[in-house]
Amino acid sequence: MIDFLNSIIVLLNFIIIPGISYGSQLALGALGVTFVYAILRFANFAHGEIMSFGAMITILFTWFFQSQNIGLGILPTALLALPIGIIATIILCFISDKFVFQYYRYQKSVPVVLAMVSIGVMFVINAIIRIIIGTETIKFSDGQKFIMKAKQFKVMTGLNEGLALKSSQVITILITILLLTFTFWFLQKTKTGKSMRAFSDNEDLALLSGINPDRVVFTTWIIVGILACVAGTLYGLDKSYKPIIYLNLVLPIFASAIVGGIGSPFGAVVGGYVIAFSEIMVTYAYKKFFVYILPSSIEPTGLVQLLSTDYKFAVSFSILVIVLLIRPSGIFKGKVL
Amino acid sequence: MMKFERYEWVAITIMISLFIFVGFIQGWSVSLVILNMCIISAIMTMGVNISWGYAGVINFGVMGFLAMGGLAAVLVSYPPIAESWQVGGRGLSISFALLVVLVIAVMYINKTVIQKRNRYIFNFLIIFFGILIIRHFYLNATHNIEDVNPAIAGFLGGLGLPIIFSWIVGGLFAAGVAFVIGKVALGLRSDYLAIVTLGISEIVVSVLKHEEWLSRGVKNVIGLKRPVPYEIDLQNADWFINLVTYINSSKLNNIIDVSDRQQVLNNLIIDGSGIFVKLSYAILFLIVMLIIFYFANKAQLSPWGRMMRAIRDNETAANAMGKDVVKQHLIIFVIGAAIVGVAGAMLVTLDGLFTPSGYRPLRFTFIIWIMVIVGGSGNNLGAIFGGFVIWFSWIEAAPLTTFIINQLTIGLEPTNALKLHLLDSVPYFRYLFMGLILLLILRYRPKGIIPEKVRHS
Repeated sequence: MIDFLNSIIVLLNFIIIPGISYGSQLALGALGVTFVYAILRFANFAHGEIMSFGAMITILFTWFFQSQNIGLGILPTALLALPIGIIATIILCFISDKFVFQYYRYQKSVPVVLAMVSIGVMFVINAIIRIIIGTETIKFSDGQKFIMKAKQFKVMTGLNEGLALKSSQVITILITILLLTFTFWFLQKTKTGKSMRAFSDNEDLALLSGINPDRVVFTTWIIVGILACVAGTLYGLDKSYKPIIYLNLVLPIFASAIVGGIGSPFGAVVGGYVIAFSEIMVTYAYKKFFVYILPSSIEPTGLVQLLSTDYKFAVSFSILVIVLLIRPSGIFKGKVL
Repeated sequence: MMKFERYEWVAITIMISLFIFVGFIQGWSVSLVILNMCIISAIMTMGVNISWGYAGVINFGVMGFLAMGGLAAVLVSYPPIAESWQVGGRGLSISFALLVVLVIAVMYINKTVIQKRNRYIFNFLIIFFGILIIRHFYLNATHNIEDVNPAIAGFLGGLGLPIIFSWIVGGLFAAGVAFVIGKVALGLRSDYLAIVTLGISEIVVSVLKHEEWLSRGVKNVIGLKRPVPYEIDLQNADWFINLVTYINSSKLNNIIDVSDRQQVLNNLIIDGSGIFVKLSYAILFLIVMLIIFYFANKAQLSPWGRMMRAIRDNETAANAMGKDVVKQHLIIFVIGAAIVGVAGAMLVTLDGLFTPSGYRPLRFTFIIWIMVIVGGSGNNLGAIFGGFVIWFSWIEAAPLTTFIINQLTIGLEPTNALKLHLLDSVPYFRYLFMGLILLLILRYRPKGIIPEKVRHS
């Protein structure tokens, strides 16, 4: 019985909790990509950089607050700076839409051209970030680091295995639940949300019904800005902020969005968790788990690892390819918000 | 014989004069270094341009194909490591043979078992257990190989052939990978295809990064043999010394003192040897570029090229006319990837080293795409022009930015924090330039600087 509990704790500590927090970050990112895809109808390669930009503004203001000795006690100061980051990100989205994307929307360009344009935007934002904050790795989480340390847990329960719970993980999960609830409530219940869904379903019909497309696009960028900034900041808070990382993060985010069924917000969220869990589960060495759960006579000798951790990144794409082969429209048939 | 329009002559003149300008300002050595990379970039761009410009097939996997070309350079030119083959060769051959058996078995099952559910179950079981068995042999073998003298070897080595063969092999490698990707992904919509190819290229690179028995992974392969002479050999070769003396005879004759003269001559020889090596590279690359350019143009003007344009402009109509769109897409995707693979092998040849961790999408996929868009998709000369101009500005962005910042902040003190910060971030301004160039071109000249010629025939 104790062994069984121990094995459960191992799974919780190394797979489930990291999986949920990483999955939440991916889900928020993928949701942003999905909104752009469903309303503006292109694959936004700049999304990772938008996330990075939001995180950067948050960091700058976190530093400012720290220098003024303003803090939230046990919570990270970054939470205080987050609203400012969100506003800055929304402004960035508006600027990029006004000066870049709008023109092509009015021209009714094909999606590929818009994707190319978003690559241009990606380069520009990337350069701005690097010019402002450099390329160094930045740790900006402060406050209480752990809610529960592995040692405390061991003492508390008397088990062999410890369960560590970082505050950044809990914050990530809580904020994600909050934001997802809000987003889905907004889409389902409010008039603007309904008009967005109608717009993504059938643009011409929506226009005929008197929905103002500019207003829909405006709201979309606000939501995208909020989601991107929060996702970027949470990722930076959980791991550490590194400008280069976000370009690499775009790929798992796209994978999540497509796996879930691009254009479907619920699918994007599910896709995020699917990608996160498969990345972690495929590359985790299960030896410890099996040592607890199996009788000692048939204990495994190797690491019981499907793939080495080096391939973490490749896993998300293999899943993407497999899903596209078996079910090209994704897990939840996409296309409509 | 193809005819160039006037603006095309202008473009060619601009390209040549850029290098002469840099040659006079920053030295011929710098100019040749940039020229070599420009030629390689131009070849990559032509590869992408063939699939995107001719047929509208998007290929964001440039980085992966380049890396395959680089792998070919290692596998062809590096001398074989006998010891590694001894300890791991058998295990690897067994696992490879088993893999072939596994693939055949899966194909057989897919052919014979009709019922869908049974087919999935059988496939799953056979793949799962097959992989378990293969892993056993494979891990043992690779482990042994990686243990052989890890500081300098630790991989299988190559064939020890001249590296120039690898340019062809690199193309074949890339074509092979492209064939598999194309089979899997080409049915997808263009923006999906972009993401999938981008992802698969990441997978290719991560395999090269972590399969140390094959490519030495992040430990890099250095000291690949050159197809051109080494500087040190040139400096001791009589014919080269005579050549340098002959070229500079007027300058040397003015110096009367013998020891002074010898000193000057030695310096000239050292400079000259560097330039000679780079020049030989440039000539080799130029030959490859012109060959590819010739055939690419020939293909574009041929009935096949016309069919490709028809498919690009209206897939449904082309299909209705009896053209096999899927097959043609696959063909052109493979051809484009092969050309990129050739460029990848040339890149590694030029550097003389293979660094898998150096393959990053920003540098090796997106920049190439900017070259294609800026140059003009569907026009080979445009592709070359794009490759030259973008690589040139990528390199020259840093000096230019330093100059601009210094001019703008001329009123500030040299210790001003803003000025120092800006000067520190000079290398990042090139991304800004690239992004702005791309956005401006897409907005004001969406067909590129040298657009595709509309043919009425």
